[in-house]
Formats: sequence, structure tokens, C-alpha cells
Amino acid sequence: MHSENKAEMQNPTSARRKQNGAHSGSQNDGVQPVLSVKSLSKNFGGLRALNDVDMHIMPGEIVALIGPNGAGKTTFFNCVTGIYLPTEGEVWAGRQGEPHKQLNNISPHHITSFGLARTFQNIRLFSSMTVLENVMVGRHCRTKSNVLGAIFRNPASRNEEQETVDRAYALLEEVGLQDLWQESASNLPYGAQRRLEIARALATDPFLLFLDEPAAGMNPQETVELKKLVLRLRDKLGISILLIEHDMGMVMSLSDRIYVMEYGSRIAYGKPEDIRNNPQVIRAYLGESDDA
Amino acid sequence: MFLSAKRLFRSLMVSLWFMCLVFPIMGIKIVKKVAVYSFDSVFYLGIGIFFASLAWAWYFEVYLQGGMEKDGKKSLFAPVGQCWKKITTKIEDTPSAGKYTLLILLVVFSILPFVSSMYQTTIFALAFLYVMLALGLNIVVGIAGQLVLGYAAFYAIGAYTYALLNQYLGFGFWICLPIAGFVTVIAGFVLAFPVLKLRGDYLAIVTLGFGEIVRLLITNFSDFTGGAKGVSNIPRPSFFGMELSPNMNTIYVYYLALFAALITIVVVARLKDSRVGMALQALKDDEIASEAMGIDLRKTKLAAFALGSCWAGFAGVLFAARNSFISPASFTFMDSVMILSMVVLGGMGSITGVALAALILALMPEYLRAFSEYRMLIFGLVMVLMMIFRPQGMIPPSKRKYYPSALFGKKGSGKNDSAQKFSANTIAHGNSLNESTEGEKHA
Repeated sequence: MHSENKAEMQNPTSARRKQNGAHSGSQNDGVQPVLSVKSLSKNFGGLRALNDVDMHIMPGEIVALIGPNGAGKTTFFNCVTGIYLPTEGEVWAGRQGEPHKQLNNISPHHITSFGLARTFQNIRLFSSMTVLENVMVGRHCRTKSNVLGAIFRNPASRNEEQETVDRAYALLEEVGLQDLWQESASNLPYGAQRRLEIARALATDPFLLFLDEPAAGMNPQETVELKKLVLRLRDKLGISILLIEHDMGMVMSLSDRIYVMEYGSRIAYGKPEDIRNNPQVIRAYLGESDDA
Repeated sequence: MFLSAKRLFRSLMVSLWFMCLVFPIMGIKIVKKVAVYSFDSVFYLGIGIFFASLAWAWYFEVYLQGGMEKDGKKSLFAPVGQCWKKITTKIEDTPSAGKYTLLILLVVFSILPFVSSMYQTTIFALAFLYVMLALGLNIVVGIAGQLVLGYAAFYAIGAYTYALLNQYLGFGFWICLPIAGFVTVIAGFVLAFPVLKLRGDYLAIVTLGFGEIVRLLITNFSDFTGGAKGVSNIPRPSFFGMELSPNMNTIYVYYLALFAALITIVVVARLKDSRVGMALQALKDDEIASEAMGIDLRKTKLAAFALGSCWAGFAGVLFAARNSFISPASFTFMDSVMILSMVVLGGMGSITGVALAALILALMPEYLRAFSEYRMLIFGLVMVLMMIFRPQGMIPPSKRKYYPSALFGKKGSGKNDSAQKFSANTIAHGNSLNESTEGEKHA
């Protein structure tokens, strides 16, 4: 089906232009999006979990993906990050100013090392490891030391390891977990586990970060801190962020653009204020009123 | 303080009283109508009672204090558990203790052939082979979390590689050692490819089948392998081309096995604490998350199987050379289970624990020959008790220590200071995360 997808392919400029024009929501023409998804569909047997979903994310943009439970948001994440194989459609991504690459049919670890990182809705930390080690695992795809390096502990692999440790610690400082670095990951409170997942994802040096319900289970104070963290990541590191979230306050105040999904299809997209007043979105969330 | 004068005195009194009581029964024997007094047996008994009474008193002191309460109930085993906990935490807390123990063990092992009998030397050599096997399996099961029930197959492949290469092509021990390692790594790949997508119970069943297939192949392919009769007259390893006398050779094999076990310990410990080892541990914890963190599941699983199986290959060659006779009966499912028990009893992923458990489980049957009929019974009981009271194994894996430069300066990094600069950069300059990766890409 996608036999030659694994080869790096230059996204034809004309197609990109056309697509940029199609998504009139994009602010500045000429800048290439870091992620463009074209009519992505996913079938689970007879069930169409995703139906012709389009999306694009510009560099340094925070985009939210919302929708009622079961709308297919996490399925969308899984298709883009390679955990699921999409039935139809194309996913193109690439750093700003670099050739883009089609990501369908590429295994998740390749997608991660290409620069797309994610967190999970149901936290998936390495529970037997410490906080620091969890972040160190994230560096795996950026480090090279092999079995021989491990056995002989040559200077190169020792230095690389110390770099990994330092980088991991710096990332823990970034998310405010530096005091807990020796703690076992499973002993952390819920909010801290979510932040640790973000630090671990950051360790892979992504240009695009997918956050799957990062504020779930957090108290209001933690949510505020999370919001600051996400903004800091965007402003300091220039990472584009796509988040799934149910906390509307956070979504509305944080995101540059919002995509709304229902029953596997995209029903609306645009700026937060447009979404807030979009009748289709209100219907999806609150149901149809009788006297309409 | 537990060993107070009062308690010692009480135990002394108890033992004296006991000695008086049993003296008429044990101390006086009537031989041909003449009373023969034997004081020493009573005396030994007294010493035994003295210590037993001390232990008893201690036990109840701890029990009455209600130490190690579990769910608010006093456990009858609590004192034992507490004692064990004290010992292990003490060992874990003193870093030098481990080194001293290791040094003492090393000295004891290195002079053992000269101070004890040939018999001891032989069984210790076998025990070291089991240390190798258990540590090899520890990579696959303990560190990478892939339950393999057919590990003896790799052991067999290693042993038969040497035996058959020698029989048909006349290859010597030292050539066969690396070849056997290579062959078992290939065998590890052969097993790993079909099981890449399996985990847990399914993986266990497939690997169990693999173990049986290898054993049955060897048994039934009798024209080539000698079948159930096995292969005999396998030469013992040569010492720089010289043939040694049988006794000297036993000692030689002993040292080879000791050396091989030491290398295994060092290599496996280093592997565990490396980037590769960390990927293996991530695989054990969560496959989906480790894939999302950029770990190649295929590669990592293959690595786990290859790294784990090669030790069995080396151990197999040594085993064939030590015994000079091998047959499929040495590589049954029971042997796989035995090696797995060493890993589980020692503590999954723990190097010290697994090595210790391997020594104990390999030596125990030799020293408890008298109870050989009850061997499996005792073994099963120990397993059950262990799983109830200490499921993490004798010595749980030690936590590795890291030295972030931000906290420790250059202490951990030693010579290099690039790491320091690196972390400083990451914090100071906003965009350095992206810049550095772009740099990597261009490089």
C-alpha cells in the first residue's frame, strides 16, 4: 500500500501551497506547517473511528483537539504517532525549513526519533525506575552508546552517559521535579507524574509535542502551573504543541487554534472565540435543544 | 541491647538445667553392666541449648514488641522477616561492605582447590557454571522481563557445539568457545524472531516449546548427535597446548569457570547500568511507552535474547569440557526451571542476588545428599515461602547512583567538562534543545 513511504520524500511545494490555501485558518502564508494531516481515516473492522480528518499545525503553535468522549481524539494521536496504522490519508511532518517526511507506515520509535513526542492519557511511566531514569530513557533515541560501549565503558560512552544524566536533570528542573529526581516514579503524586511524562517526552528533542489530557486529575493550582509550563515550552524551546484536553478553561486560554471532533469527524476548527460560539460545537457538547 | 548480661545468664542457666536433665539419658551408657560416662555429648547439647535459648528469647522479644506488623496483625514470621530486613538493609547501606564481601569471597574461591578436596573443586566449578547461566537468564528475564522457560536449550546448544565440532572436525576447546558463543547468539535470534510480538504467558509457552524441540532434536537425531547415548570422550581444555593430568585439569577447569563467572558478573552488571540496559528495563516496564520514547522494540528484544543466550553457550562449552561427556539428559526442562528459580530467588534483575542464589541452589543438592529424596519437596517449600514473604527475591536489584553535574559538579563525569557546558546551555538559552538536534542532523 505505502511501499515507498519509508523513503524520505520531499513534499511537493505546489501541493503544500494548495493545502495551505485550503486551510484558510493559517495565519501567515509561506511558512510551512510542521504537521499536516490530510483526510486521515481509521477503521476498526466495521467501525470508522476517524473519518477524513484534516489538520495542520504551524511552527510554535499551540493547538487543542477537543470533542466529547469517544470522538476519536486519542485514535487520531495514535495514528499520527504510529501506534495505529491509518486506513487512509497522509501524515506529513518536519522541522521548520527542513524537508518533510510522510509518517504513515513508519514505526513509532522512528517517528519519535524524527521529532514527534507524546504523553499518554493513562500515564505510562516506567514504574520500576526513578524519576531521573525515566527522563534518561527518553534520551535513548538521541544517544548512540552500544553494547561494546557498555561493556568497556570507554570515555565516549561515559561522557555520553553523563550528558544524558545532566540533560535529564535539566529537563526535570524545567518541569519543576528536580527535588524528586531520586524518587521512584511510581511514588509521585498524579500531577507530578503528568509533568514527568512531559519531561520524558521533551528528552527526545521533539519539534512537535502531543499531550493527551495533560491536566486530567490535576487540581486547579496544578493546572495553572501546567499552563505556564506549556507556554514556556513553546516560547523557550519553540516546540509546537497539540493537546487533547477536557478542561475548557485551559483549552480556551492556552490554545491558538482549536479543532473539534465528534464521531470521528472534524466538525469545526478555528480560534477559541469562534469555537466558543460555534452552534455545531455547542450542539455536540450539550445536545440539541427541543425548541431550536 | 539484646545481648545483655541478664539474658546471657538466663540462657546459661537454661542450658545447665537442660544438661542436668538429659545427663541420665544421654550421659550414662550401660555397656556390659558397667556405666560409661560420656560428658562431651551432653556438653555439646548444652552449648546448642544455650544458643537456641538465646534465639528463642530474641524471637519472642521481637514478637511481643509486634515488630513488622502486617495489616495490624502480628505475624508469626515477623521476627525472621525483621532480622532479614536488618541484615539486607545493612548490606545495602554500606557500600564498602559489598566490596569486602566480594574480596573475601574471591580470596576463598581462588585458594579453594588447594585447601579442599577434588570433589569440592568439581562441584564448585559446576556451581560457577550455574552462576553464568543464571546471570545470562537474568538479562532476559530479570532485566528485560521476557519470560523464557527453555533456557537450557541454549546451554545444550553450546555444549553440543563443542562436542560435535570436536568429534567431527577435531576443533579444540579454545576455538569452540567463541564459536559456541556465536552459535547460541544465532539460536537466540532464531527464537527471538517468532516471539517478537509475544509477551507474558504466550512467550513462556513458546520458549518452553523451543527448549523441548532442541532437546528432542538432539535425542532423535542420533546419527549425528549420538542421541540419548550422548557424546563421550570430549577432551578437557588444553593449557597452552599442554595436556594436564586429570587432577590438574580439574583445578584448571575450576579456575576457568571461576574466571568466566567473574567476567559474566562484570559484563552483566555493566550492561545493566548502561544505555542498552536501560532500554531493556524500559521494555520490561511498558512496551508501548518505550516505543513512544524512541526505543526500537525489535532491536531491543533481539538484543536481550542474544545477550542472554551467549552466556549459556559459553557455560555449555565449559560444561562439556568439565564432564567430558554430555547427553540430552543434562538439558531437560527441569534444568531450565532450576536456572529460572535462581533468577527468581535471587531477585529479578539483581546481579548479586542472582549470583548468590545460583551458588546456593547449585551447591545445596551436593551438600544435602542425605536428603536427596526430599530435595524437590524442600525446594518447592522454599519457593512458596519465598514468594509469600519476599517476592522481590533475596537481594532486590540495587538502585544505581547518578551524579548530575548541576548538583555534584564534575564529580561523576571525571575528565570531561563538556557535559557541564551542555547542561548550562540547555537552561540558559531558550532554543538550544532544537539547535542541538538540528546540529546532530546536519552532522
